Order: sequence, then C-alpha cells, then structure tokens
Amino acid sequence: MAHTLNNKKSEILELWMKNQLADSGLRDDLISNKDLRVQSEELVNALITNLNDNNINNSESPDFDKVTELLGGISISRARQGFSPRETGNFILTLKEALLEILRQEPSDVNVLFEESLKLSRLLDNFTILTFETFIKGREEVILRQTDEITDISTPVIKVWDGILAMPIIGTLDSARTQVVMENLLQKIVETGSSIAILDISGVPAVDSLVAQHLLKAVSATRLMGADCIISGIRPEIAQTIVHLGIDLSQIITKASLAGALQYAFKSLRLEVKRSALEVKGITNLQ
Amino acid sequence: MERIPILKLGAFLLVTIQIDLYDRLALDLEEDLVAMVEKTSVKGVLIDISAVGIVDSFMGKILGNIGSMCKLLDAETVVVGMQPAVAITLVELGLPLKGVYTALNVDKGMELLRSKIEIEDIVEADDDDDTSLN
Amino acid sequence: MILPLTKDTIQVYREQDVVPFRGRVKEYAVKIKMGLVGQTKLITAASEIVRNMLKYANGGETTIEIVSRGRDNGIRLTFDDKGPGIADIPLAMKDGFSTGRSLGLGLPGTKRLVSEFDIKSEPGSGTTVTIIMWING
Repeated sequence: MAHTLNNKKSEILELWMKNQLADSGLRDDLISNKDLRVQSEELVNALITNLNDNNINNSESPDFDKVTELLGGISISRARQGFSPRETGNFILTLKEALLEILRQEPSDVNVLFEESLKLSRLLDNFTILTFETFIKGREEVILRQTDEITDISTPVIKVWDGILAMPIIGTLDSARTQVVMENLLQKIVETGSSIAILDISGVPAVDSLVAQHLLKAVSATRLMGADCIISGIRPEIAQTIVHLGIDLSQIITKASLAGALQYAFKSLRLEVKRSALEVKGITNLQ
Repeated sequence: MERIPILKLGAFLLVTIQIDLYDRLALDLEEDLVAMVEKTSVKGVLIDISAVGIVDSFMGKILGNIGSMCKLLDAETVVVGMQPAVAITLVELGLPLKGVYTALNVDKGMELLRSKIEIEDIVEADDDDDTSLN
Repeated sequence: MILPLTKDTIQVYREQDVVPFRGRVKEYAVKIKMGLVGQTKLITAASEIVRNMLKYANGGETTIEIVSRGRDNGIRLTFDDKGPGIADIPLAMKDGFSTGRSLGLGLPGTKRLVSEFDIKSEPGSGTTVTIIMWING
C-alpha cells in the first residue's frame, strides 16, 4: 500500500488541495492559497516518503518525527493566527479523505481495502489528536503570556515625589500577585532610595482576611528595608468589612484617599505644599 | 583568624558585612561590637547588610541581640541596606527583627541616628518639667 | 509525577559546613534559573533546617536534587539525621514552639518559605525533612 501511495503522491496532493479549497470553511483570510499549498505539499511529502507497511500501525515511530514536527509547527502557528480548532482539525481530516479516495481507486480485494483503510484511518486519527494537543498547547502559551503581561502591567510603581513612591493595585490580590507587587515595590524603593511607599487599594474589589494578611506582609517587608508604607484608597465598605472580619490593621498607617496619603508623606518628609504668592495676590485683587 | 572590621565614623560605628556569616564569625562580631561601643562611647551603630544574601533566624537573632546590647550601653543600632528578597523572606519566616531600626542606606541610617540622638538630647534637657515625652 | 534529574549528597556535621552547603544549594537554584526571591527563601529554609539538625542531632546527610514536574522545575532538599527524633510533630510545627533556646520559628517558619514541606520522624532513630521549591510556585 505504501508503495501505491508513494507513486501517487502528486495525485494525493491535488485531490487534497481540491478538497481543502472546496471546503466552505476555507479561511483564505488567514492563510493564502499559496502558503496553504506549500504547507500541504510539505506534509504530504513527509508523510508518504516515510510511510511503510511496518510503521503504519505506529504513529509514534521515529520515522514520523518529521511529520510530527511539521504538524506541531502548523498547529501552533494556526492557534496564534486565530484558526478555530475545527478548522485546524479539518486540515488533517481532509488529507485522510484524500488518501482513502486514492486507495479506493486502486483495484483490490474488498477485505484488503478495508484493512488498509482502517490502518490508514487509525494513523491519521492519531495525527489529528496530536494536532489538537499541539493546538491547545499553543493556545495555552498565549494565555500564559497574557497572564504574565497582565501581572506586569497591572502593578506599576510611580514616583510621585522625590522619596515618595505610589503603587495603585487594580484587581484581586492573591498570594502570587502580592509576591509580584511586593517585589516590584521593594526593588523600586532600593533603586530610587524612596523612604515612603503608598499602596493604593481603590482598585481592589474586596478585602478579606487573606488580602489583609498580604497587605500586612508588604508593609512589614517595606519597614524591614527601612522605608515606610501607607495603605490608601480604603473605601467605606472595605473599612466595614475589615472591622466586621476582626482584622487588625492598627499597626499600619491607612488613609481614605491617595491625596490623604500624599499629604501624610509630605508631612513626614517635612515638605509643604503652598499656593504660590502670586496667585494669592490675584485672589485678593479679585475681591 | 577572620574578623569583621568595625570602623569609627565620627560619632558612629560602621560595620559592613560582606561575607556569609557563619556562626563563630557572627558571635565574634557581637562581642567585638559591644566592646567597641563601650570603649568609644558612641551613640549609634550602623550595620550595613546590603551585600548579605541570606538572613536566617540565627543571624536575625544576632542582629537583634546586638541592638539590645547596644541599647543597654546607650547606643542605637540601625540595620541598613537590606535586600528586597531578604526582607520578603524574613516576613514570611515571621522574624520581626526586634531591637533595631532599619534604613535604606548608610546615609539615611546616619540621618535617622542623628534625629534619634537629637530627640534624646531634647528629652534630657526638658527632663525636669516634661516627662510625658518618655 | 516528580522526576529527579540530578542528585548530590553533602555531609553536614560541623557548623563550618553550613556556609558551603548553602553555596551549593544556591548553585543549583541558579542553574535552573530560579528567581532571586525563590532562591533566597529556599536557602534560608535550608539554613534553618540544617541548623536544627546540627543542634538536635549533631548533623546529618543532605541531598540536593533538581526535580521536574510537568513543565515546572524545582529543587528538592532532603535532610536526614540519626538524632533523637521528634516525638510530637504537630506540636513542633506550631508557631512559637521550641525545645532549644531559639526563637521557636524554625519549622513552621521554614514551611511558609517553601512550596512543599514534609517531615517524618521516629523517636530514637532520626528525622527526615524534605522540602521542594518550584520555580513557578
């Protein structure tokens, strides 16, 4: 059988291409027909050249390393380009149909044909599963990368004044996130030599005892390094939860707003913010 | 034998720890430092740990002990330059580092010591009429 | 499934062995590209356990392994001693408990530092502590 298929390589490719192009789900918006042809030809070559009567029952045979590698590459790139799983799966399933069609055209005994079709089906099904697995892995990688990106962007450290850093926290604070928040903040404290850090939690949806514990840890670590940490942005409902849950935050300085925290920071650095003399004069003139 | 050098810097003592402290070395430092505080009668001690990668409970205890001992000799201790990773680890470990002040770097540490000593001077001067500050 | 990839055994019987042992742990942590905070936590945890081992059992044997689980890699440290053992492990794992004159945050504090912590002890024949630190928690 392998021999037959080998002789008909170009026919298989043509038939497969025809099937793919005729498919109503063809995504010519995502991949050009030319690129599709290149991909298809490579795969047919790799499969047919390495296929023999011994390895047809074993999709994991090292003979198929090239096929596996090609399929993996195609799946991952398709996952990234935004193909649906069905579209990606169809790519290899239409190849199966083409192969079976070619086999059917060969004059042979029905039983033999059945046996051969079954073997070929099994092999191609295994490759389909592999395609799905790789496709999902490709998607997972995208998700992982996005998670990392979100963690990175969602914890910016802002230098609001010489010696004062602010860190607005947006979103739920779990222990992994606290770790990142803490590391970023402490690193920035060292870099800038800031003695006051403001953690603003206006963007944190809820504070339970675990979140409070995380906040306390961040404050303790900042203090160990020799800087002070103020928690700001405590909304009234959060103040209520904290008290109802019996969480003790009396060891840390808390302020309702970022402005309040900034004011406190200025005071402890012995800085004053004043309306400029000119403006004061302007106001009196108006009166 | 290896020993950690103690420098006298004006009114303060400065110790810079540059190597991993094994137990003997840490205990020697404690002894040397306390002796030096007594001899020079300084009011402040700075311990720079910016080059220290690991502070475990043993070393934390040594630092705390130094702070308490110096306090008995009327000197304040400031631990300066703790690395972020070390601070996070100590918090997780549950080590509060009692008896010492902390500062970001040597400069800030000196500033802190000066302000502490100033306050003490004021308190001492006002001692007769105002004890509430204590 | 946790697969060990490399294995290294170090004897710790004197106080001077602690610093080289920590150095070796660090080498392996750097090798698998563990983050700085992870490294620091792991080495601090190792240091705590080794000190306990020296104090209560006059030292013992430590094993450093690079292990993998799925896509994640980590360091596994095993501390094996032939000391008196711990009679009541739950009590020893309680914050603030200590039989020696230390701060009493050895075991529970150490547990908080690492991803996985396991302790087995047979009074009279020794204690084995195993900790794992995964790169991605």
